[in-house]
Amino acid sequence: MSVENQTEWRKHSPRYHIARWAAIVASIAVVVLSWRELNVTYEFLIFTPRNLADLFVRMTPPDWAYSIDILPPLIETVNIAILGTGLAVLIALPIAYMGAENTAPHPIAYAFGKFMIVATRSVNVIIWALFFVVIFGTGALAGVLAVAFRSIGFVSKLIAEGIEEIDTGQTEAIKAMGGSPMDVAIYGIVPQIKPTFVGVTTYRWDINVREATVIGLVGAGGIGVELNTSVDFLQWPRVLTILIAILGIVLVSEVVSAYLRKKVS
Amino acid sequence: MSKSEPSAGYPETWERPSVFYNEYVKYVVYLAIILFVLWSAWAVRPSVERVMGGIDAASILLSTMFPPDLSPIALERTYGGMVESIAMAFVATAIGVVLSLPVAVMAAENLVPRPVYYVGRAIVSVSRALHELVLAIICVVAVGLGPLAGVIALVFATPGFFAKLLAEDLEDIDEGQVDAIRASGGNSLQVLLYGVAPQVIPRMVGLIIYRWDINIRASTIVGIVGAGGIGVTLLNSFERYEYDFALTIILAIIAVVMVGEIASAIARRRVQ
Amino acid sequence: MLEITDLEKVYSTGDEALKGVSMDVEGEEVVSIIGPSGAGKSTLIRCINRLTEPTAGSIVLDGEDVTTMSKSELRNARRDMGMIFQEFNLVERLTVMENVLSGRVGYISTMQALRRNFPEEDVQRAYEVLDRVGVGGMENKRADELSGGQRQRIGIARAVLQRPKILLVDEPTSALDPETSFAVMELLTEIAREEGIPVLINIHEVELALEYTDRIVGLADGEVVFKGTPDEFDQGARDTIYRAGESREDQSTPGEQVQKQQSASVDISDADRETSY
Ligand SMILES: Nc1ncnc2c1ncn2[C@@H]1O[C@H](COP(=O)(O)OP(=O)(O)O)[C@@H](O)[C@H]1O
Ligand SMILES: [Mg+2]
Repeated sequence: MSVENQTEWRKHSPRYHIARWAAIVASIAVVVLSWRELNVTYEFLIFTPRNLADLFVRMTPPDWAYSIDILPPLIETVNIAILGTGLAVLIALPIAYMGAENTAPHPIAYAFGKFMIVATRSVNVIIWALFFVVIFGTGALAGVLAVAFRSIGFVSKLIAEGIEEIDTGQTEAIKAMGGSPMDVAIYGIVPQIKPTFVGVTTYRWDINVREATVIGLVGAGGIGVELNTSVDFLQWPRVLTILIAILGIVLVSEVVSAYLRKKVS
Repeated sequence: MSKSEPSAGYPETWERPSVFYNEYVKYVVYLAIILFVLWSAWAVRPSVERVMGGIDAASILLSTMFPPDLSPIALERTYGGMVESIAMAFVATAIGVVLSLPVAVMAAENLVPRPVYYVGRAIVSVSRALHELVLAIICVVAVGLGPLAGVIALVFATPGFFAKLLAEDLEDIDEGQVDAIRASGGNSLQVLLYGVAPQVIPRMVGLIIYRWDINIRASTIVGIVGAGGIGVTLLNSFERYEYDFALTIILAIIAVVMVGEIASAIARRRVQ
Repeated sequence: MLEITDLEKVYSTGDEALKGVSMDVEGEEVVSIIGPSGAGKSTLIRCINRLTEPTAGSIVLDGEDVTTMSKSELRNARRDMGMIFQEFNLVERLTVMENVLSGRVGYISTMQALRRNFPEEDVQRAYEVLDRVGVGGMENKRADELSGGQRQRIGIARAVLQRPKILLVDEPTSALDPETSFAVMELLTEIAREEGIPVLINIHEVELALEYTDRIVGLADGEVVFKGTPDEFDQGARDTIYRAGESREDQSTPGEQVQKQQSASVDISDADRETSY
């Protein structure tokens, strides 16, 4: 142990040590200041563990009979994730094409592609949902669009990276044999970006199942609507049933998407 | 093998090996997927009136949104909510990381007995599966409206990210250094402190910063269910049709999220 | 057969890679181009099927000038020129059979290409050629599972399946170990003889050129500095070719960059860190 300390000591200069302590002290100071900023009443804090435990007791046992009723919204949640991801991929393909260095047709297109990637990624799904609920009213349609718009940046970014990794030697070979541009795409490009494409799509779908569980809180369809209602009406056993159901579909979709990614490598 | 000679004796057809049982199974699977997607698209299809109404609503929305409301009172409210969000992110990161550390150890296969490992993984899975907003809505019921609920929600969501990735790093450590401490008679805690910790601390600091980045994003929206921060202000602006104010808030959120992302990227590079 | 006259190539970077090269390839002969790296060998080969656009000069294949062809004429001309690459350039994620059959891609429709639906005789011949190049039975393996030597054999099979009028070969062995190099050169020249077609081949190692080719063209600094048979190739010729090129020898050649390692699969653990929020 003393040996360990010695090597540590030799490795770093005194300046490094001061900087490290300064960083630690500053972090603690920021956390303390933040805590005071929040003005949390201490009585609240003391009762917190008891309140959480209370709530849990009121929730158990879950309302199993209710699980039949939440099947349709659960399926809707998965559907929102699938359609949202699909729509995102459709919109993302041209953006990825513009945002990849080796395929960007023009610097302006490249800049536009990059802008779309950043812009859509920075706005949370719930904010997109607020917008689309205003436009199309409550329901799954708003949810699909919210999920889709939220995903565009993520999907385009990763597909653009996939496009940037394309090995031109392979596409050149098809060209050299007299292949048309279509042949080059089918034979040279598609096989190269297929794993990226499948990987990104299934991975994003997996994330979107999780996102689709909450957009219902602002009325954009899925299981979140049910959750909101049950909380509003204080039906705690139902809430627990919903939480278990969400856990179930999220875990299942995680397994499915991991399986698909492994298949196409 | 000259040009004229026929290639007798060789097969005339070739079938690409497929992950499916055969080509027909493949087409059936593809067809089933397409039908399923069409069916789900049918389920969410909007009526014509809805689309027409949507166009109207969108034009009203856009025309009220621009320009964003930059009046002093709007800026002041945005500032107040944003400070609360950022404060929530710091506090939640600190508490969440402290509580996640033991979970990370529990979820590292090489450090703990099997049953403990399963408990650790279970905590990680549940925390990962439940979206921050789902946790937030529950916390609001349990401890009332306000930032405390938001902080608790973010704390609950931390192990799903932090403990999971830290556990993976713990599983990758160099066993030699651990054995050295064990051989010199250290107990479990000493093994953790002197054999394991020095190996993962730089990565851990990186993960803390990363989690803070995520918490900044989350803390700006948990307010939508009443759990404190700028999200409450945003939801109110939507309910009052003050879309120009909403735009101000959204721009502020984007700015803060981006600054957070850049700051976290720089800080993580420094640490490594 | 193939006649190159006053071929020039100036890259957009200002590099004068070819400064008026004239040469020809006749009948069934194997012609090698030798020279130090940076001499312009790859540029010359790639200009012939216009993977690189020549700046000036003419390239006449079977009486037709390649340099003035339209896009679709060029595609037809390319079907008649089999190309074998230094880095093999197989489509890594496709099976061996798909790679070999892709040699016929210029003869089938887009729909057929999509469905990998090649005529029976092509399939039959593909099996035969795979046997001939010594990788029979591997048709269902993926190209990225094979060794370098095996990949180059597939590359040869693919070019042969085209039924080309000439083979253009760019340093086929420089990614291979010496022993495999000899085997591949042997195979390549034998097959060309069996098919009755000429070969134009770039070689970095002089020994291989002397052993396997009928005629040698020495290239240095974008200019032809030697023409003759292996017998005529003496110390003097060696000196002219390699001394003239010495100045450029250690310059990096963009055309010869090592093939980028394919990592098309998504790095999930990184994506995982992509904040989903
Ligand atoms: N794509 C390119 N862009 C610019 N210059 C190039 C390119 N390819 C080759 N060159 C230049 O042309 C010259 C000849 O290159 P190359 O034909 O690859 O030589 P060799 O194959 O004999 O090694 C070199 O000076 C090289 O730097
Ligand atoms: Mg070369």
